[in-house]
Amino acid sequence: MSLYETDRKDERLAELREKFGRHPVDPPDRFHQGGSQRDRQPRFCGLESGHRACQGCGEALAARLVMECAGPDVMVANATGCLEVFTTPWPQTAWQVPWIHSLFENSAAVASGMEAAMKAKGRNTKILAFGGDGGTYDIGFQALSGMLERYHNILYVCYDNEAYMNTGIQRSSSTPHAASTTTSPAGPERMGKRHLKKDLLSIIAAHHIPYSASASVAFPADLQRKVRYAMGIEGPTFLVVHSPCPLGWKHDSHLTIEVARRAADCGLFPIVEMERGALSNVMPIRKVRPVRDYLELQGRFGHLMDPDDPRAVEELTHLQALADYNISHFNLRGEGEDPADTAGIAHVARDRSAGER
Amino acid sequence: MREALEGSQAIARAVALCEPDVVAAYPITPQTHIVENLSKLVADGDLHTEFVSVESEFSAASVVLGAAASGARAYTASSSQGVLLMAEVLFNIAGLRIPLVMTVANRAVSAPLNIWNDHSDSMAVRDSGWIQLHCENNQEAVDTTVQAFKISQDTDLPVMVCMDGFVLTHTMEVIDLPTLAQVRKWLPPFNFKRALDPSDPKSLGALVGPEFFPEVRHSHHAAVQNALPVIEKVDASWGKAFKRNCGGLLTVEGPQEARIGFLAMGSTVGTLRSGLAHRTEGPDARLIKLRAFRPFPEAALRQAVAGLDHLIVIDRAISPGLGGVLGCEVRAALYGQPGAPRIHNHAIGLGGRDIPETIVADLLSAIEDPDAPAFSVFDADLSMLPPEDR
Repeated sequence: MSLYETDRKDERLAELREKFGRHPVDPPDRFHQGGSQRDRQPRFCGLESGHRACQGCGEALAARLVMECAGPDVMVANATGCLEVFTTPWPQTAWQVPWIHSLFENSAAVASGMEAAMKAKGRNTKILAFGGDGGTYDIGFQALSGMLERYHNILYVCYDNEAYMNTGIQRSSSTPHAASTTTSPAGPERMGKRHLKKDLLSIIAAHHIPYSASASVAFPADLQRKVRYAMGIEGPTFLVVHSPCPLGWKHDSHLTIEVARRAADCGLFPIVEMERGALSNVMPIRKVRPVRDYLELQGRFGHLMDPDDPRAVEELTHLQALADYNISHFNLRGEGEDPADTAGIAHVARDRSAGER
Repeated sequence: MREALEGSQAIARAVALCEPDVVAAYPITPQTHIVENLSKLVADGDLHTEFVSVESEFSAASVVLGAAASGARAYTASSSQGVLLMAEVLFNIAGLRIPLVMTVANRAVSAPLNIWNDHSDSMAVRDSGWIQLHCENNQEAVDTTVQAFKISQDTDLPVMVCMDGFVLTHTMEVIDLPTLAQVRKWLPPFNFKRALDPSDPKSLGALVGPEFFPEVRHSHHAAVQNALPVIEKVDASWGKAFKRNCGGLLTVEGPQEARIGFLAMGSTVGTLRSGLAHRTEGPDARLIKLRAFRPFPEAALRQAVAGLDHLIVIDRAISPGLGGVLGCEVRAALYGQPGAPRIHNHAIGLGGRDIPETIVADLLSAIEDPDAPAFSVFDADLSMLPPEDR
């Protein structure tokens, strides 16, 4: 007998409630009755549960959050990568919207064609293009630039987990400096990746598109506000979502949100918005944390944690300097701790000149 | 209406008659004129289509993929390096079974860089799962272009219309263009049943493991083979409506009692025909024009060569280390057939070298040599090479 077919007073359910503290929710009914406040909240479920993402996957969470507010009248072009693989192992699919996967490097171009088709047919279905950091920062970069330049009405979302996770954690141009990956391993001669994380958002903004922003799975309200804003714009928009990967970043799967939150709080992943090429908003950091707080949770930075290794100390200092630069460049410093914990909700309009002052 | 048109211009006009919803292309000679002419038609208001000027051939193929998957009639054109850059997408389009049309203005592939005509580009993607049709002249290219839209719609497969770069694309010819009303009557509207649509969400392009992959490939293979009668039927229907044909899968000319045959694709067929007609002596010869290269019409070919002692297969592309691409396929198709002709395979006109009519006599006399190799680059002047390369 299926769990969902049982009566709610069923003994088995009581037992499960006892064990897990939260009663299982019947999917067909969850929009209307029972469950927590969140379960009752009606929302569009574009990416269904039951897919094969790893426990604690930041990308799966981010994609669900994006789909919730993008709504049903969309079509998705998805680059090859984890998101594609774990949502559509034939003959299953987790997508409740029209969805196409073509290749690794062409989701922006396929989306361009879909958008052109919608224009030709006089329809205003919004086209979304999804890619990981490999498909966006690296191999799909040219197609993305072309899509932005041609001003297609597309929201491109990059789920940034800072390496080629689907192929086995190889470094990408989005991998942070000094992170250890399978192609930038730490060893006696190397302290992880030797190069910097590409400043993609500035390059995107330099296309002078209406809207580009960064967001994080740690701040869902902020992420969803940005998706809604972008959905309302007739033209190319871009969102990069910081999405921790417990497997690749080597942290416990229950720490995904904490890790993502600390990335923003230390300044290494600045959460900002750009309009027509200029900085328009930032999410202020209420209480700035040292980068060490962020790095120490993750095995990929484990080689930096040895206080007796001068190279580790040097790289740690380097990363702190990069975070400090972000904080000063984007003017990220907030007004101190907020008892109401408004992080991710409040936004402060900043322009670049303020940051440079 | 009959008009003097450059090949590329004629193709652009033919494409416009099919009223594609989306056209995407990147400039690469000798295909460039096609998209220039299409852009002009759009700018002049004579063609209402979404023209996407992409940043690479890779994106050109990707854009038409996305457009056709979304239910739009889509068209692109390419050539040479562009076809090779598209290669990954071409396999993807065919694997997804997305119906669309592409013109390939056939041209050699670098290195060395050479912009002139041969078939190296489309042969490099022969295994992509596309339908590949070759055209002898610009009238055939025009007619085949319109037919290609119908074939792709009837088979849910992409169709590559191959026409010789420069030799056809840059040559003026009197073209009988159908009218828009005629084409509208003949070509049904685009209706892709698996098209993406928010009112009926589908996922296209799933990950398929070993438990189903061989079945997918078998089904694709069967679909391309099943296109054989479709190609014939569409050409017959065209003939009925427009009073001229493109030759179905292949055509056979010349006396039935001839013991020697020539087989070629594209504009070379015209050169051979003219060469055969203009010679004053020599044996009778049959001329086989292969139009469908994929699907490969094995049965029709076996019929076409019946009674021949010698078959001279002209190749415009080679597979280094093996020989002529077309020659190898013809050999394979005739292998073990009782009374199959001896096959003489020669690559001619690689990289755009002129093929004179006198080649016919040279090829015929080469048959006499019992020690002739199974394959040769026929017009290569070996004295230009160092001894070890000859």
